[in-house]
Amino acid sequence: MNYLYAAYAATWIIHGSYLCSLAIRYRRLKREMKDLKPRP
Amino acid sequence: MSSFWAITSATLAKDLRLEWRSKDAINSMLFFALLVVVIFSFSFDPTAEESRHIAGGLVWVAFLFAAVVALNQTWAREMRNAVLDAYRVSPAPANPLFLAKAFGNFIFVSIIQALMTPLFTVFYNLRPLGPAWQLIPVAILGSWALVVNGTFFAAMSLHTRSREIMLPILLFPFSIPALVAMVQATNTILTGQDSAKFWIVLLLTYDVVFTVACLLLFETVLDAE
Amino acid sequence: MKKAFPILAILTAALLGYAFYEAMFVAPTDQMQGDVYRIIYYHVPSGWTMFVFFFTNFIASIVYLIRRNPKADAVAVAAAEVGLVFCTVVLVTGPLWARPVWGIWWTWDWRLTSTLVLWLIYASYLILRRFSTGGQTPVLAAALAVFGALDMPLVYFSIWFFRTQHPQPVVGGGGSIDPSMLRVWMISWAAFLCFGWLVFWLRYRLEIFKREVEETHSLEAMLEEPRFR
Repeated sequence: MNYLYAAYAATWIIHGSYLCSLAIRYRRLKREMKDLKPRP
Repeated sequence: MSSFWAITSATLAKDLRLEWRSKDAINSMLFFALLVVVIFSFSFDPTAEESRHIAGGLVWVAFLFAAVVALNQTWAREMRNAVLDAYRVSPAPANPLFLAKAFGNFIFVSIIQALMTPLFTVFYNLRPLGPAWQLIPVAILGSWALVVNGTFFAAMSLHTRSREIMLPILLFPFSIPALVAMVQATNTILTGQDSAKFWIVLLLTYDVVFTVACLLLFETVLDAE
Repeated sequence: MKKAFPILAILTAALLGYAFYEAMFVAPTDQMQGDVYRIIYYHVPSGWTMFVFFFTNFIASIVYLIRRNPKADAVAVAAAEVGLVFCTVVLVTGPLWARPVWGIWWTWDWRLTSTLVLWLIYASYLILRRFSTGGQTPVLAAALAVFGALDMPLVYFSIWFFRTQHPQPVVGGGGSIDPSMLRVWMISWAAFLCFGWLVFWLRYRLEIFKREVEETHSLEAMLEEPRFR
Protein backbone atom coordinates (compact mmCIF):
# COMPACT_ATOMS: atom_id res chain seq x y z
CA MET A 1 0.00 0.00 0.00
CA ASN A 2 2.87 2.34 0.76
CA TYR A 3 4.20 1.73 -2.72
CA LEU A 4 0.88 2.93 -4.10
CA TYR A 5 1.12 6.24 -2.26
CA ALA A 6 4.77 6.54 -3.21
CA ALA A 7 3.94 6.06 -6.89
CA TYR A 8 1.14 8.62 -6.85
CA ALA A 9 3.30 11.09 -4.97
CA ALA A 10 6.23 10.51 -7.33
CA THR A 11 4.03 11.18 -10.35
CA TRP A 12 2.97 14.55 -9.00
CA ILE A 13 6.44 15.44 -7.80
CA ILE A 14 7.77 14.89 -11.32
CA HIS A 15 4.98 16.91 -12.93
CA GLY A 16 5.25 19.61 -10.28
CA SER A 17 8.98 20.01 -10.64
CA TYR A 18 8.63 20.23 -14.41
CA LEU A 19 6.02 22.97 -14.03
CA CYS A 20 8.32 24.75 -11.59
CA SER A 21 11.16 24.60 -14.07
CA LEU A 22 8.85 26.09 -16.70
CA ALA A 23 7.90 28.89 -14.33
CA ILE A 24 11.55 29.64 -13.56
CA ARG A 25 12.44 29.72 -17.23
CA TYR A 26 9.47 32.00 -17.93
CA ARG A 27 10.45 34.41 -15.17
CA ARG A 28 14.04 34.58 -16.41
CA LEU A 29 12.87 35.35 -19.94
CA LYS A 30 10.49 38.01 -18.69
CA ARG A 31 13.28 39.73 -16.78
CA GLU A 32 15.48 39.59 -19.86
CA MET A 33 12.73 41.10 -21.96
CA LYS A 34 12.25 43.86 -19.40
CA ASP A 35 15.96 44.68 -19.50
CA LEU A 36 15.84 44.88 -23.26
CA LYS A 37 12.66 46.86 -23.82
CA PRO A 38 13.07 50.24 -22.07
CA ARG A 39 15.99 51.33 -24.24
CA PRO A 40 14.51 52.96 -27.36
CA MET B 1 25.56 9.25 -62.23
CA SER B 2 29.17 8.82 -63.24
CA SER B 3 30.03 12.18 -61.68
CA PHE B 4 28.44 10.94 -58.44
CA TRP B 5 30.92 8.08 -58.21
CA ALA B 6 33.73 10.27 -59.48
CA ILE B 7 33.24 12.65 -56.56
CA THR B 8 32.89 9.76 -54.13
CA SER B 9 36.06 8.06 -55.27
CA ALA B 10 38.02 11.32 -55.46
CA THR B 11 37.09 12.26 -51.88
CA LEU B 12 37.70 8.74 -50.66
CA ALA B 13 41.09 8.57 -52.37
CA LYS B 14 42.05 11.93 -50.86
CA ASP B 15 41.06 10.79 -47.37
CA LEU B 16 42.86 7.48 -47.69
CA ARG B 17 46.01 9.16 -48.98
CA LEU B 18 45.94 11.63 -46.09
CA GLU B 19 45.44 8.79 -43.65
CA TRP B 20 48.21 6.76 -45.27
CA ARG B 21 50.64 9.63 -44.79
CA SER B 22 49.71 10.56 -41.24
CA LYS B 23 48.16 7.32 -39.87
CA ASP B 24 46.56 9.42 -37.13
CA ALA B 25 43.17 7.73 -37.01
CA ILE B 26 44.42 4.16 -37.40
CA ASN B 27 47.10 4.49 -34.75
CA SER B 28 44.87 6.10 -32.16
CA MET B 29 42.07 3.61 -32.82
CA LEU B 30 44.41 0.65 -32.57
CA PHE B 31 45.91 1.78 -29.34
CA PHE B 32 42.52 2.62 -27.92
CA ALA B 33 41.05 -0.79 -28.79
CA LEU B 34 44.11 -2.47 -27.31
CA LEU B 35 43.62 -0.53 -24.08
CA VAL B 36 39.98 -1.55 -23.92
CA VAL B 37 40.93 -5.21 -24.33
CA VAL B 38 43.53 -5.05 -21.59
CA ILE B 39 41.36 -3.06 -19.20
CA PHE B 40 38.42 -5.40 -19.67
CA SER B 41 40.60 -8.37 -18.82
CA PHE B 42 41.18 -6.85 -15.38
CA SER B 43 37.49 -6.44 -14.65
CA PHE B 44 36.78 -10.16 -14.96
CA ASP B 45 38.61 -13.42 -15.26
CA PRO B 46 38.80 -14.36 -18.93
CA THR B 47 38.67 -18.15 -18.72
CA ALA B 48 37.71 -19.98 -21.88
CA GLU B 49 34.14 -21.07 -21.05
CA GLU B 50 33.06 -17.79 -19.52
CA SER B 51 34.63 -15.61 -22.15
CA ARG B 52 32.68 -17.25 -24.95
CA HIS B 53 29.48 -15.81 -23.52
CA ILE B 54 30.74 -12.30 -23.02
CA ALA B 55 33.23 -12.01 -25.86
CA GLY B 56 30.62 -10.69 -28.30
CA GLY B 57 29.78 -7.78 -26.07
CA LEU B 58 33.39 -7.09 -25.29
CA VAL B 59 34.59 -7.10 -28.89
CA TRP B 60 31.84 -4.82 -30.09
CA VAL B 61 32.13 -2.37 -27.24
CA ALA B 62 35.85 -2.09 -28.00
CA PHE B 63 35.10 -1.49 -31.70
CA LEU B 64 32.36 0.99 -30.87
CA PHE B 65 34.70 3.07 -28.72
CA ALA B 66 37.45 2.83 -31.30
CA ALA B 67 35.05 3.85 -34.06
CA VAL B 68 34.10 6.98 -32.12
CA VAL B 69 37.76 8.00 -32.14
CA ALA B 70 37.87 7.84 -35.94
CA LEU B 71 34.41 9.34 -36.41
CA ASN B 72 35.28 12.40 -34.39
CA GLN B 73 38.13 13.13 -36.76
CA THR B 74 36.04 12.65 -39.90
CA TRP B 75 34.98 16.20 -40.48
CA ALA B 76 37.60 18.03 -38.44
CA ARG B 77 39.93 18.05 -41.44
CA GLU B 78 37.29 19.69 -43.61
CA MET B 79 36.60 22.40 -41.07
CA ARG B 80 40.14 23.72 -41.32
CA ASN B 81 40.51 26.24 -44.14
CA ALA B 82 36.71 26.14 -44.54
CA VAL B 83 36.85 23.23 -46.98
CA LEU B 84 33.34 22.24 -46.02
CA ASP B 85 31.98 25.68 -46.84
CA ALA B 86 33.73 25.55 -50.19
CA TYR B 87 32.14 22.19 -50.83
CA ARG B 88 28.77 23.56 -49.86
CA VAL B 89 28.87 26.38 -52.40
CA SER B 90 30.24 24.13 -55.14
CA PRO B 91 27.67 22.55 -57.50
CA ALA B 92 28.65 19.04 -56.33
CA PRO B 93 25.82 17.14 -54.61
CA ALA B 94 26.18 16.36 -50.90
CA ASN B 95 25.63 12.61 -50.91
CA PRO B 96 28.90 11.58 -52.61
CA LEU B 97 30.77 13.40 -49.86
CA PHE B 98 28.80 11.54 -47.21
CA LEU B 99 29.34 8.18 -48.89
CA ALA B 100 33.07 8.83 -49.27
CA LYS B 101 33.39 9.70 -45.60
CA ALA B 102 31.33 6.68 -44.55
CA PHE B 103 33.38 4.35 -46.79
CA GLY B 104 36.57 5.83 -45.40
CA ASN B 105 35.50 5.23 -41.82
CA PHE B 106 34.30 1.77 -42.77
CA ILE B 107 37.74 0.93 -44.15
CA PHE B 108 39.41 2.21 -40.96
CA VAL B 109 37.12 0.21 -38.70
CA SER B 110 37.59 -2.90 -40.86
CA ILE B 111 41.37 -2.59 -40.64
CA ILE B 112 41.11 -2.30 -36.87
CA GLN B 113 38.89 -5.37 -36.76
CA ALA B 114 41.29 -7.35 -38.93
CA LEU B 115 44.18 -6.45 -36.66
CA MET B 116 42.35 -6.84 -33.35
CA THR B 117 40.52 -10.11 -33.95
CA PRO B 118 43.67 -12.29 -33.69
CA LEU B 119 44.59 -10.45 -30.52
CA PHE B 120 41.18 -11.08 -29.00
CA THR B 121 41.38 -14.73 -29.95
CA VAL B 122 44.73 -15.07 -28.22
CA PHE B 123 43.93 -13.06 -25.12
CA TYR B 124 40.53 -14.63 -24.46
CA ASN B 125 41.18 -18.13 -25.81
CA LEU B 126 38.30 -17.95 -28.24
CA ARG B 127 37.32 -20.77 -30.55
CA PRO B 128 33.94 -20.46 -32.29
CA LEU B 129 31.75 -23.53 -31.86
CA GLY B 130 29.27 -22.37 -34.51
CA PRO B 131 29.83 -21.65 -38.21
CA ALA B 132 32.79 -19.26 -38.13
CA TRP B 133 32.31 -17.89 -41.65
CA GLN B 134 29.15 -16.14 -40.45
CA LEU B 135 31.33 -13.81 -38.41
CA ILE B 136 32.38 -12.12 -41.65
CA PRO B 137 28.92 -10.83 -42.65
CA VAL B 138 28.33 -9.88 -39.01
CA ALA B 139 31.56 -7.88 -38.98
CA ILE B 140 30.80 -6.14 -42.27
CA LEU B 141 27.17 -5.30 -41.47
CA GLY B 142 28.02 -4.35 -37.89
CA SER B 143 30.80 -1.96 -38.85
CA TRP B 144 28.63 -0.36 -41.50
CA ALA B 145 25.83 0.08 -38.93
CA LEU B 146 28.19 1.91 -36.59
CA VAL B 147 29.85 3.93 -39.31
CA VAL B 148 26.88 5.10 -41.35
CA ASN B 149 25.07 6.63 -38.38
CA GLY B 150 28.33 7.75 -36.83
CA THR B 151 29.36 9.71 -39.92
CA PHE B 152 25.93 11.31 -40.05
CA PHE B 153 25.87 12.26 -36.39
CA ALA B 154 29.43 13.54 -36.60
CA ALA B 155 28.29 15.89 -39.35
CA MET B 156 25.39 16.91 -37.12
CA SER B 157 27.59 17.60 -34.12
CA LEU B 158 29.78 19.92 -36.21
CA HIS B 159 27.27 22.64 -35.51
CA THR B 160 27.27 22.09 -31.76
CA ARG B 161 29.35 23.15 -28.82
CA SER B 162 31.74 20.52 -27.42
CA ARG B 163 31.31 18.29 -30.42
CA GLU B 164 33.57 15.47 -29.23
CA ILE B 165 31.06 14.73 -26.47
CA MET B 166 28.02 15.20 -28.67
CA LEU B 167 28.88 12.33 -31.02
CA PRO B 168 28.73 9.46 -28.48
CA ILE B 169 25.69 11.05 -26.82
CA LEU B 170 23.85 10.85 -30.13
CA LEU B 171 25.37 7.67 -31.50
CA PHE B 172 25.10 5.29 -28.53
CA PRO B 173 21.34 5.41 -27.89
CA PHE B 174 20.54 5.17 -31.58
CA SER B 175 22.89 2.23 -32.07
CA ILE B 176 21.32 0.07 -29.38
CA PRO B 177 19.34 -2.18 -31.74
CA ALA B 178 22.38 -2.65 -33.97
CA LEU B 179 24.56 -3.32 -30.97
CA VAL B 180 22.13 -5.91 -29.59
CA ALA B 181 22.08 -7.60 -32.99
CA MET B 182 25.88 -7.67 -33.42
CA VAL B 183 26.55 -8.87 -29.91
CA GLN B 184 23.89 -11.56 -30.06
CA ALA B 185 25.02 -12.73 -33.50
CA THR B 186 28.63 -12.95 -32.35
CA ASN B 187 27.68 -14.74 -29.16
CA THR B 188 25.46 -17.30 -30.87
CA ILE B 189 28.22 -18.04 -33.38
CA LEU B 190 30.84 -18.38 -30.65
CA THR B 191 28.74 -20.62 -28.45
CA GLY B 192 27.20 -22.47 -31.40
CA GLN B 193 23.90 -22.87 -29.57
CA ASP B 194 21.56 -21.12 -31.96
CA SER B 195 21.35 -19.85 -35.49
CA ALA B 196 22.55 -16.29 -35.93
CA LYS B 197 20.43 -15.79 -39.03
CA PHE B 198 17.76 -13.69 -37.35
CA TRP B 199 20.34 -11.24 -36.00
CA ILE B 200 22.11 -10.93 -39.33
CA VAL B 201 18.80 -10.11 -41.02
CA LEU B 202 18.06 -7.55 -38.31
CA LEU B 203 21.47 -5.94 -38.83
CA LEU B 204 20.85 -5.86 -42.56
CA THR B 205 17.49 -4.15 -42.00
CA TYR B 206 19.11 -1.60 -39.71
CA ASP B 207 21.82 -0.91 -42.30
CA VAL B 208 19.39 -0.49 -45.17
CA VAL B 209 16.97 1.73 -43.20
CA PHE B 210 19.63 4.06 -41.88
CA THR B 211 21.69 4.22 -45.07
CA VAL B 212 18.59 5.39 -46.91
CA ALA B 213 17.68 7.82 -44.12
CA CYS B 214 21.20 9.28 -44.05
CA LEU B 215 21.29 9.76 -47.81
CA LEU B 216 17.88 11.42 -47.77
CA LEU B 217 18.69 13.81 -44.92
CA PHE B 218 22.40 14.49 -45.32
CA GLU B 219 22.03 17.42 -47.69
CA THR B 220 19.54 19.05 -45.30
CA VAL B 221 21.93 18.67 -42.39
CA LEU B 222 24.99 19.84 -44.33
CA ASP B 223 23.22 22.94 -45.56
CA ALA B 224 21.57 23.68 -42.23
CA GLU B 225 22.09 27.32 -41.53
CA MET C 1 -6.77 30.03 -25.45
CA LYS C 2 -5.15 32.47 -23.05
CA LYS C 3 -8.48 33.46 -21.53
CA ALA C 4 -9.84 29.96 -21.51
CA PHE C 5 -6.75 28.61 -19.78
CA PRO C 6 -7.90 29.03 -16.13
CA ILE C 7 -11.24 27.41 -16.89
CA LEU C 8 -9.55 24.55 -18.69
CA ALA C 9 -7.09 24.17 -15.83
CA ILE C 10 -9.94 23.91 -13.32
CA LEU C 11 -11.77 21.40 -15.51
CA THR C 12 -8.59 19.33 -15.86
CA ALA C 13 -8.01 19.41 -12.13
CA ALA C 14 -11.59 18.22 -11.59
CA LEU C 15 -11.11 15.45 -14.12
CA LEU C 16 -7.85 14.40 -12.48
CA GLY C 17 -9.58 14.37 -9.09
CA TYR C 18 -12.40 12.27 -10.48
CA ALA C 19 -9.91 9.85 -12.06
CA PHE C 20 -8.10 9.62 -8.74
CA TYR C 21 -11.36 8.88 -6.94
CA GLU C 22 -12.30 6.22 -9.49
CA ALA C 23 -8.87 4.63 -9.33
CA MET C 24 -8.67 4.60 -5.56
CA PHE C 25 -12.20 3.77 -4.46
CA VAL C 26 -14.39 2.61 -7.34
CA ALA C 27 -12.13 0.24 -9.24
CA PRO C 28 -12.28 -3.29 -7.77
CA THR C 29 -9.31 -4.54 -5.82
CA ASP C 30 -7.17 -7.06 -7.67
CA GLN C 31 -7.40 -10.50 -6.12
CA MET C 32 -3.80 -11.43 -6.74
CA GLN C 33 -1.98 -8.19 -6.05
CA GLY C 34 -4.19 -6.30 -3.64
CA ASP C 35 -4.42 -2.53 -3.71
CA VAL C 36 -0.90 -1.98 -5.02
CA TYR C 37 -2.07 -2.75 -8.53
CA ARG C 38 -3.84 0.64 -8.56
CA ILE C 39 -0.51 2.13 -9.60
CA ILE C 40 -1.34 1.01 -13.13
CA TYR C 41 -4.08 3.65 -13.29
CA TYR C 42 -1.29 6.20 -13.30
CA HIS C 43 1.38 4.13 -14.98
CA VAL C 44 -0.41 2.94 -18.10
CA PRO C 45 -2.23 6.20 -19.00
CA SER C 46 1.08 8.05 -18.59
CA GLY C 47 2.62 5.60 -21.03
CA TRP C 48 -0.12 6.19 -23.60
CA THR C 49 0.15 9.94 -23.17
CA MET C 50 3.90 9.67 -23.67
CA PHE C 51 3.36 7.93 -27.01
CA VAL C 52 0.89 10.62 -28.08
CA PHE C 53 3.47 13.31 -27.42
CA PHE C 54 6.38 11.50 -29.05
CA PHE C 55 4.20 10.90 -32.07
CA THR C 56 3.31 14.61 -32.13
CA ASN C 57 7.02 15.39 -32.05
CA PHE C 58 7.62 13.12 -35.03
CA ILE C 59 4.80 14.65 -37.09
CA ALA C 60 5.87 18.19 -36.20
CA SER C 61 9.47 17.38 -37.18
CA ILE C 62 8.35 16.06 -40.57
CA VAL C 63 6.22 19.17 -41.10
CA TYR C 64 9.20 21.31 -40.17
CA LEU C 65 11.51 19.53 -42.63
CA ILE C 66 9.02 20.07 -45.46
CA ARG C 67 7.60 23.50 -44.70
CA ARG C 68 10.34 25.08 -42.54
CA ASN C 69 7.65 26.57 -40.37
CA PRO C 70 9.14 27.76 -37.02
CA LYS C 71 5.85 27.03 -35.26
CA ALA C 72 6.15 23.35 -36.16
CA ASP C 73 9.57 23.36 -34.55
CA ALA C 74 8.17 24.93 -31.38
CA VAL C 75 5.53 22.19 -31.30
CA ALA C 76 8.28 19.59 -31.71
CA VAL C 77 10.32 20.89 -28.75
CA ALA C 78 7.31 21.19 -26.51
CA ALA C 79 6.04 17.72 -27.40
CA ALA C 80 9.45 16.13 -26.88
CA GLU C 81 9.88 17.70 -23.45
CA VAL C 82 6.41 16.89 -22.19
CA GLY C 83 6.73 13.39 -23.62
CA LEU C 84 10.00 12.94 -21.79
CA VAL C 85 8.36 14.04 -18.52
CA PHE C 86 5.64 11.42 -18.99
CA CYS C 87 8.28 8.86 -19.91
CA THR C 88 10.03 9.64 -16.62
CA VAL C 89 6.75 9.09 -14.77
CA VAL C 90 6.38 5.71 -16.46
CA LEU C 91 9.93 4.73 -15.57
CA VAL C 92 9.52 5.79 -11.94
CA THR C 93 6.09 4.31 -11.25
CA GLY C 94 7.00 1.06 -13.00
CA PRO C 95 9.65 -0.05 -10.48
CA LEU C 96 7.43 1.09 -7.61
CA TRP C 97 4.84 -1.39 -8.83
CA ALA C 98 7.36 -4.11 -9.67
CA ARG C 99 8.97 -4.07 -6.23
CA PRO C 100 5.95 -5.35 -4.24
CA VAL C 101 4.51 -7.48 -7.05
CA TRP C 102 7.58 -9.04 -8.67
CA GLY C 103 9.87 -8.62 -5.68
CA ILE C 104 12.46 -6.73 -7.73
CA TRP C 105 12.78 -3.10 -8.72
CA TRP C 106 13.93 -3.63 -12.23
CA THR C 107 14.25 -6.43 -14.72
CA TRP C 108 15.67 -6.20 -18.21
CA ASP C 109 12.34 -7.27 -19.62
CA TRP C 110 11.73 -6.04 -23.17
CA ARG C 111 9.08 -3.51 -22.32
CA LEU C 112 11.09 -1.90 -19.53
CA THR C 113 14.26 -1.91 -21.57
CA SER C 114 12.68 -0.41 -24.66
CA THR C 115 11.01 2.34 -22.62
CA LEU C 116 14.40 3.14 -21.15
CA VAL C 117 15.90 3.29 -24.64
CA LEU C 118 13.06 5.56 -25.74
CA TRP C 119 13.89 7.82 -22.81
CA LEU C 120 17.58 7.84 -23.79
CA ILE C 121 16.79 8.69 -27.41
CA TYR C 122 14.60 11.64 -26.53
CA ALA C 123 17.04 12.80 -23.87
CA SER C 124 19.76 12.85 -26.53
CA TYR C 125 17.37 14.78 -28.76
CA LEU C 126 16.92 17.47 -26.11
CA ILE C 127 20.67 17.54 -25.38
CA LEU C 128 21.33 18.12 -29.08
CA ARG C 129 18.88 21.00 -29.02
CA ARG C 130 20.59 22.51 -26.04
CA PHE C 131 24.13 22.13 -27.37
CA SER C 132 23.66 23.14 -30.97
CA THR C 133 24.34 26.73 -31.76
CA GLY C 134 22.62 29.21 -33.97
CA GLY C 135 19.85 28.75 -36.45
CA GLN C 136 20.61 25.14 -37.43
CA THR C 137 19.08 23.71 -34.27
CA PRO C 138 15.58 23.08 -35.68
CA VAL C 139 16.86 21.31 -38.80
CA LEU C 140 19.27 19.08 -36.89
CA ALA C 141 16.66 18.28 -34.25
CA ALA C 142 14.03 17.47 -36.86
CA ALA C 143 16.44 15.12 -38.64
CA LEU C 144 17.26 13.44 -35.36
CA ALA C 145 13.56 13.04 -34.54
CA VAL C 146 13.07 11.23 -37.85
CA PHE C 147 16.00 8.97 -36.97
CA GLY C 148 14.44 8.29 -33.59
CA ALA C 149 11.13 7.31 -35.17
CA LEU C 150 12.97 4.94 -37.51
CA ASP C 151 14.99 3.53 -34.65
CA MET C 152 12.13 2.71 -32.31
CA PRO C 153 10.62 -0.23 -34.26
CA LEU C 154 14.09 -1.74 -34.52
CA VAL C 155 14.64 -1.22 -30.80
CA TYR C 156 11.39 -2.98 -29.94
CA PHE C 157 12.10 -5.78 -32.37
CA SER C 158 15.68 -6.42 -31.28
CA ILE C 159 14.98 -6.23 -27.56
CA TRP C 160 11.87 -8.35 -27.84
CA PHE C 161 13.79 -11.16 -29.50
CA PHE C 162 16.78 -10.62 -27.26
CA ARG C 163 14.72 -11.00 -24.13
CA THR C 164 12.36 -13.75 -25.14
CA GLN C 165 15.27 -16.02 -25.99
CA HIS C 166 15.96 -16.23 -22.29
CA PRO C 167 13.23 -17.32 -19.91
CA GLN C 168 11.25 -14.40 -18.57
CA PRO C 169 12.07 -13.77 -14.92
CA VAL C 170 8.56 -12.99 -13.74
CA VAL C 171 5.53 -11.94 -15.67
CA GLY C 172 2.91 -10.11 -13.69
CA GLY C 173 -0.84 -10.15 -14.23
CA GLY C 174 -1.75 -11.25 -17.73
CA GLY C 175 -5.10 -12.63 -18.78
CA SER C 176 -8.13 -10.64 -19.78
CA ILE C 177 -8.94 -7.15 -18.59
CA ASP C 178 -11.99 -6.48 -16.51
CA PRO C 179 -14.32 -3.95 -18.23
CA SER C 180 -14.53 -1.86 -15.05
CA MET C 181 -10.74 -1.61 -15.03
CA LEU C 182 -10.72 -0.52 -18.65
CA ARG C 183 -13.25 2.20 -17.85
CA VAL C 184 -11.08 3.64 -15.09
CA TRP C 185 -8.08 3.45 -17.39
CA MET C 186 -9.89 5.47 -20.01
CA ILE C 187 -11.01 8.11 -17.50
CA SER C 188 -7.50 8.36 -16.15
CA TRP C 189 -6.06 8.57 -19.63
CA ALA C 190 -8.46 11.36 -20.56
CA ALA C 191 -7.44 13.25 -17.44
CA PHE C 192 -3.74 12.85 -18.12
CA LEU C 193 -4.17 13.80 -21.76
CA CYS C 194 -5.89 17.03 -20.73
CA PHE C 195 -3.21 17.72 -18.17
CA GLY C 196 -0.43 16.92 -20.63
CA TRP C 197 -2.04 19.11 -23.23
CA LEU C 198 -2.16 22.07 -20.84
CA VAL C 199 1.51 21.59 -19.91
CA PHE C 200 2.33 21.26 -23.58
CA TRP C 201 0.54 24.49 -24.31
CA LEU C 202 2.49 26.29 -21.56
CA ARG C 203 5.76 24.93 -22.93
CA TYR C 204 4.76 25.97 -26.44
CA ARG C 205 4.01 29.53 -25.30
CA LEU C 206 7.33 29.60 -23.48
CA GLU C 207 9.14 28.59 -26.66
CA ILE C 208 7.38 31.29 -28.69
CA PHE C 209 8.19 33.85 -26.00
CA LYS C 210 11.83 32.72 -25.95
CA ARG C 211 12.05 33.36 -29.67
CA GLU C 212 10.61 36.83 -29.24
CA VAL C 213 13.26 37.59 -26.65
CA GLU C 214 15.98 36.29 -28.98
CA GLU C 215 14.64 38.39 -31.82
CA THR C 216 14.64 41.49 -29.64
CA HIS C 217 18.22 40.68 -28.70
CA SER C 218 19.37 40.53 -32.30
CA LEU C 219 17.38 43.61 -33.19
CA GLU C 220 19.05 45.44 -30.34
CA ALA C 221 22.46 44.30 -31.52
CA MET C 222 21.74 45.60 -35.00
CA LEU C 223 20.55 49.00 -33.81
CA GLU C 224 23.43 49.50 -31.42
CA GLU C 225 25.97 52.19 -32.27
CA PRO C 226 29.21 50.78 -33.60
CA ARG C 227 31.75 50.99 -30.81
CA PHE C 228 34.97 51.17 -32.77
CA ARG C 229 34.48 54.70 -33.97
